[in-house]
Parts: sequence; structure tokens; C-alpha cells
Amino acid sequence: MTDVFPPDLIRLIVSFVIVVAFAFTNAAVLVLVERKICGHIQRRPGPFEVGPHGLLQTAVDGMKLMAKQMLVPRNADASLFRAAPILSFVPPIAALIVVPFARLLQVRDLDIGVLFILSLAAVNVLAILVAGWSSANKYSLFGAIRAVAQNVAYEIPLLLSLLTIVIWVGSFRMSDIVAAQGGFWFAFTPMGFVAFLVYFICGIAETNRAPFDLPEAESELTAGFHTEYAGMGFGLFFLGEYTNMLLVSAIATTLFLGGWNGPAFLTTTGTGFWATVIQTLWFLAKVYGLIVVMIWVRWTYPRVRFDQLLNFCWKILIPISMANLAVTAVWLKL
Amino acid sequence: MTFTFDPSLRLYIYLADAAFLGFVFLALAGGVVAVGAKRLIHAVLGLATSLVGVAGLYVYLGTHFIAAMQILIYVGAVCISIVFAVMLARPPSEAEKVPRAGPGKLAAGFGVGLFAALVLGSAVLATRWQAEPTAVEGTLQQVGEGLLTRYAFVFELISLVLLVAIVGSVVLARRGRRPTGG
Repeated sequence: MTDVFPPDLIRLIVSFVIVVAFAFTNAAVLVLVERKICGHIQRRPGPFEVGPHGLLQTAVDGMKLMAKQMLVPRNADASLFRAAPILSFVPPIAALIVVPFARLLQVRDLDIGVLFILSLAAVNVLAILVAGWSSANKYSLFGAIRAVAQNVAYEIPLLLSLLTIVIWVGSFRMSDIVAAQGGFWFAFTPMGFVAFLVYFICGIAETNRAPFDLPEAESELTAGFHTEYAGMGFGLFFLGEYTNMLLVSAIATTLFLGGWNGPAFLTTTGTGFWATVIQTLWFLAKVYGLIVVMIWVRWTYPRVRFDQLLNFCWKILIPISMANLAVTAVWLKL
Repeated sequence: MTFTFDPSLRLYIYLADAAFLGFVFLALAGGVVAVGAKRLIHAVLGLATSLVGVAGLYVYLGTHFIAAMQILIYVGAVCISIVFAVMLARPPSEAEKVPRAGPGKLAAGFGVGLFAALVLGSAVLATRWQAEPTAVEGTLQQVGEGLLTRYAFVFELISLVLLVAIVGSVVLARRGRRPTGG
């Protein structure tokens, strides 16, 4: 029997199913959380009608999106128009397979873990480009052009800040990076803290969220690159965005906040069932803490202007992250 | 509960073969689209597909690092900059279709392709291949050490070429920035 259905293959398939289910659940929960937090920041209750305190709002919205027809504009490039949403939500979900949720709870512990995520993130830009171009709409095209300029620029300090940690640990492997933070977390060291700040700012920019949401700035571009999308096409873009938020926070947690390690005495490195549960809870607590900060930032700060956005990246973030990398390299050699 | 991988299982061999064929198909189909597409942007996306297929072949050979780099650099950087340039040029409604090449050009292209295929094919068949490559633990470290020790000169030379390219593009871009006509 094991010759036909080897246990590790079954494990692989089950983990893929769990990862996809987790990504969908995450998006559904985050949409509601975001609307609730946004509401309370603006002194209103947010969605309130469907279910107790509006808890079922996302389920209803999801059904609406799935039932809606996905219209393709007449001048649009139909095949690319349909492919773009899929391109935008598959890479972030695939990247989740190297995220270590607990010591044992990781689908694959690749030796290029960090690089794997970064290379998949690159495909995301392509999806936005394809969406914007194939829509045959000025606003979509402008949104896509902005997205590329923004993502290409912010990818540099993001890579440099991650590189700081990678040369510190000497490995791209996620489990090695977590193991190196058994005693202290990188975010609580001077260089690690700078890298963490740079990374988090770039992460917000890479997920195209306010104050860096120029690609979909509604006051000037209608809805940016996804203006023409209706129904589940639009839904998939949202799924991609929320999975990307999860991914950005998961990388931040793994590289800077000790991964599944708890604070000093509440931590466990065991491999038993309860140890795994505790580790997963620590990991998810940190991840969702960061996500709430991202939502908080979004509804607190006004959108920046595009030249401010690019100047901030090229003139402030890149020099800071380069200096930080150099200081770390020198410090490691001392 | 470690991930045990027993390469002798027949199912794995079938799966690996299927993956190999899938990647070859991606690479070839992407290439056909890249060459034959009437719209420039389809051609670029075909190129991206083809490059993803090649990255898959690297994974098949057990070199995850090169596969990740292939996607990061070729799909993430090269293809995006090409698409960007194409997109700035024309939206789809106005995009004129690239005219088909005449029979003379087609024949010439076919001849060149056949020649390249023959040369490469004979080279491949003439080479005495060593034992099949196996995934080595710590490939990444070996690549890094190789680049900074044995191949340091080549590595620096490539950086120099890239530097010249960057300086050149800056010079070209600055010329365009000069205000025209006061």
C-alpha cells in the first residue's frame, strides 16, 4: 500500500490543501477585521447588519462576488484579462509553503527559503502589469505603471534589509533563521531594528497599501489596475492582497521577531503536539499583531504623493538600508 | 516526522517524469508563443512562460538556487522591464499587430534554427556525460564560495560590464531629460 500511496506524498497534498484553505480563511477574516478597525478608527461601528455585530458580512460579500458575472470590456485582451487575477493570487499562496508556523509545522524547509518567497513576489508585479494593460482603460494602465515603478523601487531596500539578517545568520533557510533567534530576536538589536523598520515600510509599499496605495488611488485613478474587474476577478485580487499582507507579516515574524519562539520564559522548542500548538499560537499572534499595525497605519495616514513616495525610497530608505548592511557586515567581521 | 524521500518508489519516478514533461512543454509552448504572437505583449509573456519552464527544469535537476534566481532575475526583472517599455508605448486597443514575416525570411529563420539545433545536438550527443547530477546539501554555500574565490575574476568582470551598462543608460536617459526648445 505504501508503494502506491507513499505517506510523504499524502502529507504534501494535505499540507497544500491546508495552506490554500488557510489563505482563503485568512482573507475572509481580514476583510472583516479591516472594515471593523477602519470603522472604529472613524468612530462608526463598521459592518453591523448581517449576523451579530456584522460578523457574517464577509460570507455574504463572498457569495455576492461569486454570483456576479465577470464582465470583460470590449476592447480588453480577453485571455490576459482573465489570467491576471489568477497570476496575482497563486504566487503568494505558493510562497506560504516555506513559512515555518512552528518547528514542525512547515510544508517544505528549502535551503533557499527567503529567496523562494522573493522570486514568487516578483511574479506579483507581472500580474498587476498584465491586469492594467489588458483592461484597455487609462486608469488601469496608470495604476499598473505606478505599481511597477513603486514595486521595483521598494524591492531594493526590502532585499537589502532581508540581506542584513541573512548574512548575520549565514543561511537563507527559514528554520536556521528562527533557530538563530532562540536567545534574542533580531528586531531588538540595533541593526536588526533598523532593518525591521525598513522592511516593514517596504512591505506596506509592496502590498500597495495606504499610505503607499498609489496604484489604486481612488481619488485620481477610480480603482487603479483593477478598475475593470467585477465579481470573482476582483475577489481574487483582494485574496492576493490579503495573502500578501499575511506573507509580509510572516516573513517579518520569521526574520525579525523570532518566528515561533515565545518571549524569554514562555517559549518551547519541543516537537510534541502541545509544543507545536504553543509555537503556532506565538507565530500567529505576532503575524496578526503586525497585520493589525498595517491596517492601523492604513486608516491613520493620508496617501503620499507619487514623487514623495519614490524620493522617500531612493533618497532615504536605500541609503539607510545600505549603511545598515555595511555596518552589520563590519560588525560581524569584528 | 522528517520529510523522507525515497527516490526508488515508482510513483515518484512517474511524478518526476510528468513534471519534467510539463516543464519542457511550458518552455517550448512559451517559446512558440514568444516567436509567433501577433501582439508584442503576448510575445513577452510567452517569453516569461518559457523562462518559468526553464526554471522548472533547474528544479528538476535539484538546483533550487539557480531556479529561484532564474525567476527572480529573468521573470521578475527582465520581463517586467520589457513589458513596462511595451506598455508605455501602446495600450491594447491601438496596438498594431506585428506583420508576418515573408516566406524568404521564414525559410532563413528555419535554416538558422536547424543549423543551431544540429550543432547543439551533435555536441550533446558527442559529449561523454558524467554520472547523473545529484542534489548536494549546501549547494548554495558552494555557489557562494565559488563566486568569491575561484571565479572571483569572472564575477568582477561581469560586474564591470553591468556597471558600464548602468552608466550608459544613465547617459542616454539624461540626454532625454534636457528641456527642449526652451
